[in-house]
Amino acid sequence: MAALLAGSRVGAARAAARRGPLVSCRRWAGAAADTVYDVVVSGGGLVGAAMACALGYDIHFHDKKILLLEAGPKKVLEKLPETYSNRVSSISPGSATLLSSFGAWDHICNMRYRAFRRMQVWDACSEALIMFDKDNLDDMGYIVENDVIMHALTKQLEAVSDRVTVLYRSKAVGFTWPSPISMADSSPWVHVTLGDGSTLQTKLLIGADGHNSGVRQAAGIQNVSWDYDQSAVVATLHLSEVTENNVAWQRFLPSGPIALLPLSDTLSSLVWSTSHEHAAELVSMDEENFVDAINSAFWSDANHTDFVDSASTMLHYAVAFLKPTKVSARQLPPSVAKVDAKSRVLFPLGLGHAAEYVRPRLALIGDAAHRVHPLAGQGVNMGFGDISSLVHHLRTAAFDGKDLGSMSHLTGYETDRQRHNTALLAATDLLKRLYSTSATPLVLLRTWGLQATNAVSPLKEQIMAFASK
Amino acid sequence: MKTFLALAHRWWDEQGVYAPLHSMNDLRVPFIRDNLLKTIANHQPGKPLSGMKILDVGCGGGLLTEPLGRLGASVIGIDPVAENIKTAQRHKSFDPVLDQRVEYRVCSLEEIVEETAETFDAVIASEVVEHVIDLETFIQCCYQVLKPGGSLFITTINKTQLSYALGIVFSEQIAGIVPKGTHTWEKFVSPEKLESILESNGLSVQTVAGMIYNPFSGCWHWSGNTSLNYAAHAVKQEHTVPAELVLKGDTEEL
Repeated sequence: MAALLAGSRVGAARAAARRGPLVSCRRWAGAAADTVYDVVVSGGGLVGAAMACALGYDIHFHDKKILLLEAGPKKVLEKLPETYSNRVSSISPGSATLLSSFGAWDHICNMRYRAFRRMQVWDACSEALIMFDKDNLDDMGYIVENDVIMHALTKQLEAVSDRVTVLYRSKAVGFTWPSPISMADSSPWVHVTLGDGSTLQTKLLIGADGHNSGVRQAAGIQNVSWDYDQSAVVATLHLSEVTENNVAWQRFLPSGPIALLPLSDTLSSLVWSTSHEHAAELVSMDEENFVDAINSAFWSDANHTDFVDSASTMLHYAVAFLKPTKVSARQLPPSVAKVDAKSRVLFPLGLGHAAEYVRPRLALIGDAAHRVHPLAGQGVNMGFGDISSLVHHLRTAAFDGKDLGSMSHLTGYETDRQRHNTALLAATDLLKRLYSTSATPLVLLRTWGLQATNAVSPLKEQIMAFASK
Repeated sequence: MKTFLALAHRWWDEQGVYAPLHSMNDLRVPFIRDNLLKTIANHQPGKPLSGMKILDVGCGGGLLTEPLGRLGASVIGIDPVAENIKTAQRHKSFDPVLDQRVEYRVCSLEEIVEETAETFDAVIASEVVEHVIDLETFIQCCYQVLKPGGSLFITTINKTQLSYALGIVFSEQIAGIVPKGTHTWEKFVSPEKLESILESNGLSVQTVAGMIYNPFSGCWHWSGNTSLNYAAHAVKQEHTVPAELVLKGDTEEL
């Protein structure tokens, strides 16, 4: 890293030879190449761009210089395409609040999104189901295409371009971290080298560069990770008939969960997590077979066993006896007629969690800090939650005139989010493992567990509250 | 002073020997900021103290000077120890924005009273009056350099048995929270004494609040108890017309 830094200075023919690799930038008259930013966000995906927006629109950051680095080109959405994109996210109400705090939600509302009020989650191996719905007519969540969210964020970033600079096609390739003991002539900032050789400095670097985060690796932060032996297949599906389509459906098959997320009155998005082989088959089979496979996955009771069925009926009667109010009956999701050509894609799944979210002058957010299975629809929401927490800590620090890269408030962010994220990651992983089997004892356990949870409303409400942050 | 000389290069280590002073910023900066904001009609977002001129007396390595600069104020930090100013100067030089807003000088308050009469919106004397030889003169100098209506902020240590036991014996000699020899108990000032000196020199005391340090968490907290550390805010009274002038003056004005 020091060599990279020295190398990029040679061309400038300064007195670099006299000094050590970490040079004090105050000696450089008009060193435009080495601008000192207050915050640099590395990675312009959904979470990185939202972070830059949140800072750009925050009143306490009006005086600060913010930079967003995105390796890819700027994605311009001239006109909203007729066909829906196959990559969608389930946005929780908490995330929607964050997005509306800097005006991005308005753009999304003007484009398209789908609110859902209910969620049915059930087992393929038994009759057990859990139905989440909000009595007070609030939305449980929103299904939004990732492209739509990205476009809304890009638009909002353009509107604050005087405070937030966005560099496209710019990837951070080298980093020099501040030394732990403040040395006499060394710049205390983080030095970042870009792909084109230019360098810049920042008081705080935020790593939002995804689960293979270069920032995290360069900082040497340990990452606990494993690959699930599963891939997710996504597709845009046409329903057989027009329906109200405001329910999210998820069924746990032994091979993995299959989910149907509403997009419009006639369209839904598919997320089917299954083994790598099965996923490859699904993506390559012809359309008719694919549609049949989906319908059968949701409707077929082939995995039921009499034993578990009777056991669950027993508990069902017990619950009905103790709690004679309405007991949810299993409903069937709408049937699928067609799939959008070319919308079938697969991607591998895994889990990841960074041992540390922060270092002096460094914070990780989004998938760079944690990677989760899509079965709970929480991935991007955890990232947005990270943003809310980090912005809260940073704005307090800014209003107190603090050095933004100081560990004193960064550790506050880390504690907040590790607490929340670890719980969710562990729960999601546990659910994934629990539902990956058709072994009778585990099926019985989870059947009764699911039925019991469905019967205890306060517990369900807690779950919904946690997931909608 | 000798103690400060030896530790001049350790100012900016947040976990080092000056850690308690770093965490004291969590109380001092909001205290100064909020009291000054009361006097500004519309403040600029992001730079709430923009337009204010502040003097930080006994600034040391600039621990309190820099946050005030970041909040938009023009700050001059003075300290009699050249090594401290050197450290402070070097530290702020890396930040182009702070470099513009903050200026450091090696001198004492008495030396600049003449040239800076009535120029400052605020004077900060944080952890300073317990080291000063002649408190009365010091306060008078503060008065002179303040604009009318300007604020004086002081944080210091009370002179009590408790402050001897905890502030000297425990903090310095036993736990090493404060470097040995930093403080002399005889020079500690009680809030009552400070208040009377302030009031008799034209500075109206607005607030006196106790501060408590938790050595386990490393954090400071506000407290009703001023027997250890405390903070005070006083405002320079606008000029009052002396009695003789009113009698000699034009009776029609009344």
